[in-house]
Amino acid sequence: MYDVVIIGGGVTGCAAAAELAKYQLRVCLVEKESDVCEGTSKANSAIVHAGFDAEPDTLKAKLNVRGNDMIANLSKKLDFAFKNNGAMVLCFDEAQLPELELLKEKGWKNGVPGLEILTGEQAREKEPRLSPDVKYALYAPTSGIVCPFEMTLAFAENAFENGVEFRLDTMVTGIEKSAEGYIVRTDKGELETKAVFNCAGVYADKINDMAGGRHFGITPRKGEYMLMDKDAGGTVSHTIFQLPTKMGKGVLVTPTVHGNLLVGPTAENIDDKENTATTATGLAEVKAKSALSVEGLPFNKVITSFTGLRAVGDTHDFIIEESLPCFFNAAGIESPGLTSAPAIAEMLRELLSAKMNLSPKKDHKDTRKGVVHFAELTHEEQNALIREQPAYGSIVCRCETITEGEILDALNRPLGATTLDGVKRRTRAGMGRCQAGFCSPKTILLLSEKLGCSIGDIRKNGRKAVQEDA
Amino acid sequence: MTRILTCINCPMGCELTVEVENGQAVSVSGNTCKRGEIYAQSEIAAPTRTVTTTVISAEGRPVPVKTAQPIPKDMIFECTAAIKVAEVHLPVKVGQVLIDDLLGTGSQVTATKSVDR
Amino acid sequence: MREFDLVIVGGGPAGMAAAVSAREHGLENIVILERDSELGGILNQCIHNGFGLHTFKEELTGPEYAERYAVKVREMGIPCETDTMVLDISKDRIVTILSRGRGVEEIKARSVILAMGCRERPRGALNIPGFRPQGVYTAGTAQKLVNCEGHVVGKEVVILGSGDIGLIMARRMTLEGAHVAAVAELMPYSSGLKRNIVQCLDDYDIPLLLSHTVVDIKGKEKLEGVVIAEVDSKNSPIAGTEQFYPCDTLLLSCGLIPENELSRNCGIDIDPRTNGPLVDEGLETSIDGVFACGNVLHVHDLVDYVSEEAARAGESAASFVKRGCTADDTPAIKVTALNGVRYTVPAEIHPDDLLTDVHIRFRVTGVFKDCAIVIKAGDTELLRRKSRILVPSEMLDIIIKKEKLCGITEDITAAIEEV
Repeated sequence: MYDVVIIGGGVTGCAAAAELAKYQLRVCLVEKESDVCEGTSKANSAIVHAGFDAEPDTLKAKLNVRGNDMIANLSKKLDFAFKNNGAMVLCFDEAQLPELELLKEKGWKNGVPGLEILTGEQAREKEPRLSPDVKYALYAPTSGIVCPFEMTLAFAENAFENGVEFRLDTMVTGIEKSAEGYIVRTDKGELETKAVFNCAGVYADKINDMAGGRHFGITPRKGEYMLMDKDAGGTVSHTIFQLPTKMGKGVLVTPTVHGNLLVGPTAENIDDKENTATTATGLAEVKAKSALSVEGLPFNKVITSFTGLRAVGDTHDFIIEESLPCFFNAAGIESPGLTSAPAIAEMLRELLSAKMNLSPKKDHKDTRKGVVHFAELTHEEQNALIREQPAYGSIVCRCETITEGEILDALNRPLGATTLDGVKRRTRAGMGRCQAGFCSPKTILLLSEKLGCSIGDIRKNGRKAVQEDA
Repeated sequence: MTRILTCINCPMGCELTVEVENGQAVSVSGNTCKRGEIYAQSEIAAPTRTVTTTVISAEGRPVPVKTAQPIPKDMIFECTAAIKVAEVHLPVKVGQVLIDDLLGTGSQVTATKSVDR
Repeated sequence: MREFDLVIVGGGPAGMAAAVSAREHGLENIVILERDSELGGILNQCIHNGFGLHTFKEELTGPEYAERYAVKVREMGIPCETDTMVLDISKDRIVTILSRGRGVEEIKARSVILAMGCRERPRGALNIPGFRPQGVYTAGTAQKLVNCEGHVVGKEVVILGSGDIGLIMARRMTLEGAHVAAVAELMPYSSGLKRNIVQCLDDYDIPLLLSHTVVDIKGKEKLEGVVIAEVDSKNSPIAGTEQFYPCDTLLLSCGLIPENELSRNCGIDIDPRTNGPLVDEGLETSIDGVFACGNVLHVHDLVDYVSEEAARAGESAASFVKRGCTADDTPAIKVTALNGVRYTVPAEIHPDDLLTDVHIRFRVTGVFKDCAIVIKAGDTELLRRKSRILVPSEMLDIIIKKEKLCGITEDITAAIEEV
């Protein structure tokens, strides 16, 4: 019997797992894919939003600002990449100035510090490549960028190290009320639990329906992006938004925390919860709209494009509630979901504490060490590492300078990678300009040695990588 | 009958115009060297190809191989199949003969790379 | 700090030929740094034949060609450090290297030859819409998996791009039992060698769809198929021509990019047309004592040309070291690509300091029929060579006699003229 079963291994579920792991609870996280961070959490803008954009007094507003406040500290404790680079919201028309002022007003109400309206000139002083058509900009100094994979993995690994059980490749097929709580049926058997956290992203409506909670709908909103080479990473230093529309924050241009340049997303409501395909029209739209903000974007430096699905709830706010006794939803977690994740986890824990006694674990470990990034070390540190583990003396991924030592770490660490994409998210091997052309044969070999299977059985991503050891 | 061929001897890829009578090339034009003519004659009479592939050694490592002489074009698939099942043990030296007479074609199959254990 | 007269970055065909030539021209203290565990570079996975007709006057496979040079390097006693990655090259030629045995180490080079080769243009850079499933490989990655790891990547194959590696892989996959449904090429002409179209596609009845491209990739986790459409003269897909090809493997052979991250970080000037360093006739880059050759300089179609070019780089490096590592301060004239010529290597020439005749290598911008290649210095014609057909897939090599260039002060131009 578990105290809590968390459904969904995205950033919300993993943050909730890390939060619950602080207490003397038996917690299990269930994820249908073979790795955590396989849905919305892996394909988004990777922004730690300041929080000016949500309607005051909504959960989005509260949790965004709280999350923004928490992430810098968490990034140090849990060792994931975060940078407070600041953001700007651009307007291209004098007549839009009132809208920008309204945004600032909203931000003030939400408790966002340091907001400031800049003239076009002032904005271009901070960000020289901005279009000359920019008339005004709202400057938000507390906005930041984060590595969403590392952040999700950091929560997951920290939760794992503190005793949370992870059941990957396990799909929830039904939820039933039982005398003591719930029976969560999966394709790998039943789990008995006192409470359930529904953190199932675009499927949160289905999971809620299985349990019979008050109905809500989740619409996948498709967002297409293009990622550019590190050569282009210096094009802008701030995250550049345009005035938001009712479909979201519009197309942004931002450096990533690892030094690439990211442009996107589009916003298109769709029905298919699995449709992460990019489209010619979507990518063309990203190009056209991002080019309005920043001059001379180097589209010949695009190294990959991808689509993420935001889980848009039909209440237009986060749905965080006890929907049935001891059945908690964290649904409709669209933007600013990544930023809000640690605050959502806190809120879920508070809701749970009304239902069960939460006593802190004495031996809880509040830090986690990520994969050591060889390229970021000094020569002395690098040599010390190689003496200890010679595998750090072999480069596997040339583009990102990732060593065999880092890949072995990704395979052997808690919740280790079992797919090529899993290795990529943990180490960045294959994330560079050649997009795994050179390193994938070697990574496949290392995976097959670790998993004890033939190289033909190694998967890029998705469910069931290989037969795991019994 | 006139046939147009592209010479495959070298990267120039000369376009050859070949007059064919009774299944034999009687005249070849468009070639820039003697090999073009020889190619055209053989291509009309009995086309041949050098086949390259790999054999997985008993130790599990692939060994690249080639037919030391060109083999009849219409035997490419059976020859490749016969090469695939050859038994090869490492180490192998470049030039080492792995099959002496490939399916009666008279061609040897040789390793094209030295592969250690 | 270890010191070398010449540090060669890369032990593929360019690096090996450069080393052999530098030794032949009197340099003793040379080292080849190779990131892989053996010499040969990409030739090791090119198990097909067709190499070496110029260099060895016989037809060899890639590994055989590589082994010939590796044997020479070994016989000459040139040291090679394999499993060694170069992390950085500084302007004053301090080279930072990484290996298991020595860790991170800085070495001092009196001269450097860049011979890092090139990489393939990945799917992401092509902006093909659709899913990102397993089963999409660059042709070279698939070649490595099939030929070096013994792993056949699929059964039903579509190839996008008619570069030579794509054509070679069409045949290779067929021989491994796969069915290659089609090779789609965006341009109205193939970017591969004609003989490869004959012996890799025609021999196996594999259709080459010119002016076609992949417009959608289907299958969320595993590739299920691709949609191919015809394109118009602006390379835009024509609505209504879409056709679905079920497949489990999509190979991409859509261009090669010289791998110049080390060069860029070193501050070497890069030619945006080739993505390789700007060099003079001795293949010296904008940084004194740093030379470049092979596919890192510009993408070649024949390894024989790489070896020849690399030998010149080796000779130049030897000459640089022997004259006391001082820059060539004789006046330079520019070589400019005009009508029909996309780029030239070299981009400048020192007419008063020529070691040998000068090779001008370039590619044309499109298909030209019945035309002439014309090289001029100012208004003076240095060379005119008629040609029945010129295609972008073929790198052209023009040799101008040393004597013709001596004393020239006007810039040189290369152009294609109609006849």
